Amino acid sequence: MLVFENVSKVYPGGKRAVDHLDLEIGEGEFICFIGPSGCGKTTTMKMINRLVKPTDGKILLNGKNILEQNVVELRRSIGYVIQQIGLFPHMTIRDNIALVPRLKGVPAEERNKRAEELLELVNMPKEFLDRFPHELSGGQQQRIGVLRALASNPPLILMDEPFGALDPITRDSLQAEFKNLQQSLGKTIIFVTHDMDEAIKLADRIVIMRAGQIVQVGSPDEILRNPADDFVRDFIGKDRLAEAQQHFQTVGQIMNPDPVSIGLGATLSEAVRTMRRRRVDSLLVTDDAGILRGKVTIEQIDRNRDLDAAVADLMERDIQTVRADTLLRDATRNILVRGSKYVPVVDARKRLIGIITRTNLVDVLYDSIWGEEDDEEQDAVVNEAAAAPQTGEGS
Amino acid sequence: MNMLQELLTYYQQNGSYVMEQFVRHFLMSAYGVLFAAIVGIPVGILIARYGRLSGWVLTAANLIQTIPALAMLAVLMLVMGLGANTVVMGLFLYSLLPIIRNTYTGLKSVDLPILEAGRAMGMTRAQRLFMVELPLSLSVIMAGLRTALIIAIGVATIGAFIGGGGLGSIIIRGTNITDGGAIILAGAIPTALMAVIADILLGWVERALSPANKKRGIPAAGETTEII
Repeated sequence: MLVFENVSKVYPGGKRAVDHLDLEIGEGEFICFIGPSGCGKTTTMKMINRLVKPTDGKILLNGKNILEQNVVELRRSIGYVIQQIGLFPHMTIRDNIALVPRLKGVPAEERNKRAEELLELVNMPKEFLDRFPHELSGGQQQRIGVLRALASNPPLILMDEPFGALDPITRDSLQAEFKNLQQSLGKTIIFVTHDMDEAIKLADRIVIMRAGQIVQVGSPDEILRNPADDFVRDFIGKDRLAEAQQHFQTVGQIMNPDPVSIGLGATLSEAVRTMRRRRVDSLLVTDDAGILRGKVTIEQIDRNRDLDAAVADLMERDIQTVRADTLLRDATRNILVRGSKYVPVVDARKRLIGIITRTNLVDVLYDSIWGEEDDEEQDAVVNEAAAAPQTGEGS
Repeated sequence: MNMLQELLTYYQQNGSYVMEQFVRHFLMSAYGVLFAAIVGIPVGILIARYGRLSGWVLTAANLIQTIPALAMLAVLMLVMGLGANTVVMGLFLYSLLPIIRNTYTGLKSVDLPILEAGRAMGMTRAQRLFMVELPLSLSVIMAGLRTALIIAIGVATIGAFIGGGGLGSIIIRGTNITDGGAIILAGAIPTALMAVIADILLGWVERALSPANKKRGIPAAGETTEII
């Protein structure tokens, strides 16, 4: 819905704030512009509603060049929220929310209704309508700031670090609230921030800028997994990358590559013997090509008793598997929610290549808590050593 | 004691005359300020918008302010002759500076983010001026009018020298006769009273117009904590 074509902004004095920028933004997308101060992110955003006039290039909104539209009409059709909130202190909350409809000549009654509707969206009681901005807390004020931008139902909303001046707790709750609101209303959002956590939390796509140019565009996952260069890596920060690495660990990286399996043709007595030898209570069944066919458990064998029967007749065929390149966080949810003790890992051709057990998950959890810091790890080892004899005696 | 008695006698005998001069004095001051407001406020708006003019205009207004009142009225008398109109003209000139300066300052002190919000929401220039800038600077502009009126009431006293009448003429009469202390006081006390009352009244209006004092409905203090 919004297209930047080779857009530049040169300020008098020759400073290039935005340098040949190309970008396409789809309907309903939540885009975060992020970068160090002076990278041109705010300038880029302000060019959309012509608070800043582009020096060069075209910006198309729904196919129409914004420079050829009436500037007042254009601005009334785009929502705008700023960090300093910018509510009009001499107007009631009602008048503040319904300002754009008022400018558009919507009758007072309709405006009132709209203001009440909107206030409900953020779960604020009607009494607030007749108060003045200074009677509200910062978080409440910015909620009204957001509502004001929504008042005439614009499809596109520009936001310039809207939550930057709020305290962390209020910021968190407003971010979550706003993300919900955006998704339920289907608005397209251009959101400028310098807070990477905020961008990761909110954005569908992040646009990282430096010196007026786009360095990388991608979903938060893409950017965390494949930072384009050192600048992006620095900007994301070591901690976040390390965390992301954990986040993007695949099943293949942590699985046990030696699952206990048995051939299709084996008998149940062979199966029991394998179980006893490997000290497990179930076996994965594979065919000659190593393709996973099913599993047998000790309970099934116990019920059957005919020890000469083939494993293939008894096995459970419908079993849950996971691919080695699946992200661990997705697989974990499955394992934990379904309550399975383990999940076999297969490759693209369904061949059994490993297994994930709850023990593996414990290892991962342990690493994520104690893995990074050395001294704490040593503490943990000492604890473990102290605890070991006890478990030995107990069993 | 003696003087107080004389004063009371003077008021008893000349009550309607003093009243007449009081009204005349006030009207001269008020007209001067009113005309200055009609000219000064638009000028203030203009120089707030076109910043390059502001230096020139404010310097000119400042210059007028530095001319001693008696000299100014005397020079005006040369051009316009004797009478109340000349006094009003002088008061007009004196009132320009506080009015222009306060209008300019008031408009300039409107928060930039608020102006940007207005612009970004699609307000035209006129809408920004009348819906945002003027309402927000109204109390500062009022403060300018207040200062102007106080100065005008003071300067109008001298207007009696060029035939403008007003409470000044009572004071001058007192200075011209021997033992005229009571008569001087008879003119000076109402003048001071007028200035003080004008100051209090306009100060009250000014506070009432201040956006920070707008409150309606339930006080928010205890309740705002429910919702972050």
